[in-house]
Amino acid sequence: MPAYPTLDIVRRSASNEAPPQIRAGNELEIAKLIDVSRCIGCKACQVACDEWNNLRSPIGINTGHIQNPPDLAADVFTVMRFNEWENPKTGELEWLIRKDNCMHCADPGCLKACPAPGAIVQYANGIVDFNEANCIGCGYCVKGCPFNVPRYSASDHKAYKCTLCSDRVPYGLEPACIKACPTGALQFGTKSAMIEVANTSIENLKERGFENAGLYDPPGVGGTHVIYVLHHADQPGLYQGLPENPQISPLVRFWKGGAKMAGLALMGFGLVASLFHYFTVGPNEVPEEAEDEALALEHQQSGNRQPGRTIRPGGSAS
Amino acid sequence: MDAGTDRTTPRLYVPRYTALQRVNHWITAILFVLLTLSGLAMYYPWLYFLSAPFGGGPPTRAVHPWLGVALAVCFFALAIQFLRNNLWNRDDIRWASRFKSIMFNEHENLPELGKYNAGQKAVYWLQLLLVPILLVTGLIIWQVYFGRLTTIETQRVALLIHALAASIAITVIIIHIYAGIWIKGTGRAMTRGTVSGGWAYLHHRKWLRETLARGDQGRTVKAGSAYGGE
Repeated sequence: MPAYPTLDIVRRSASNEAPPQIRAGNELEIAKLIDVSRCIGCKACQVACDEWNNLRSPIGINTGHIQNPPDLAADVFTVMRFNEWENPKTGELEWLIRKDNCMHCADPGCLKACPAPGAIVQYANGIVDFNEANCIGCGYCVKGCPFNVPRYSASDHKAYKCTLCSDRVPYGLEPACIKACPTGALQFGTKSAMIEVANTSIENLKERGFENAGLYDPPGVGGTHVIYVLHHADQPGLYQGLPENPQISPLVRFWKGGAKMAGLALMGFGLVASLFHYFTVGPNEVPEEAEDEALALEHQQSGNRQPGRTIRPGGSAS
Repeated sequence: MDAGTDRTTPRLYVPRYTALQRVNHWITAILFVLLTLSGLAMYYPWLYFLSAPFGGGPPTRAVHPWLGVALAVCFFALAIQFLRNNLWNRDDIRWASRFKSIMFNEHENLPELGKYNAGQKAVYWLQLLLVPILLVTGLIIWQVYFGRLTTIETQRVALLIHALAASIAITVIIIHIYAGIWIKGTGRAMTRGTVSGGWAYLHHRKWLRETLARGDQGRTVKAGSAYGGE
């Protein structure tokens, strides 16, 4: 296994500083390959994930479905999603099983949305990692993610997701889920190597009649560091809602881009225009004549009404 | 801020805000400042340092929505009291159309006005529009309590609107504060509850006439009295 000597950060949430450059271009991008066609749904990856990450989610409720736990959670970083699908072309029942976890996007929506400096980082090897020590618990990452992956913890008000074993990979270990997979459905290596492995598998699938077999490495998010081999790559939605063409929502892009720039410009303009109005036109003072006019008006008015309603100097009513 | 403290002749002071209105206004103002600081901390990376006075990022995130709810309550209480005097009338159009005279302190060209001018009314109505927008969008993105009540797509829309509405509301308040600095004698209305007769004569003559005509049991006071004097 090659070394991925990479704790260099290439992107850091809510930070404008340039990342370290000294190794730029020399680092290997990694990928986790999930070959759905080879998965038997044993859930060894789920167990290994819980083991390595020391997660003990409470015992849940049987929802009458083999998928268990039913969804990702703050303490569930990966879950096998099971879908029973009747292929209309062949009339056969297909059991589509997809291991769901963070996709580690090249262009991560969570990182874009995050307002806390350093709460989300992207390493040069492609791993997108949450650093809970810097997390402020706003939940913006949940809204930024195009895959609906990050989960908000109700107990400590922080967000969690798959780390792609960022605490194993830099030391030459493969992620825990990979280590546990008994069928080779999960493989790990450089991204280019994983694409080669995937292509071999896709050819085999096509020979077996899955004419739409293909790689899922969505370009809308700049590619991902978790890639799928799907037997029905033309219909990713079959695998429990894998998005067809995921990208950072234009709403999130505009919110974090143009809208905030326009807002800053507006507030800055208000401030600067006010200051310079004062420095040029100057204050609007009340001239003494106006005070006299007001007094005259008051005298005129008090002549028209009952006496004893205006307090005179010294406080005595007259 | 009053000009002419060496004035020997008595000065007229006219009541403008009750103690309750002033307290209500200043609570709203303090909440708005705290909301601006805590909100801007989450608004842009350069401004994250604004979270420090709140004790760091997590407390800033936690306190901001509660401050928002408190502001909404205080602001609506204020808005109900000020509603009648902020209804638009024909004077507002005539006044606002002389924008250049307003900006260059040329009072002689401006019509007589009631309690508020069109600028003050614009602040009132803009905030009355923006505060409910900020409240509703803020509740939608309040992850701790309401994170699961709406779809993520709805929350994205709410985030965008919240940021835009906040930018406008903050700008309006910057101009509101500046107007109080620019127009001398205004601050007194919110610090002491009265304005000088000259200030009222200059800026809100119609309101001054009405106030004086009402006779207002002893509410019109002069220099040296317990109420208005320096």
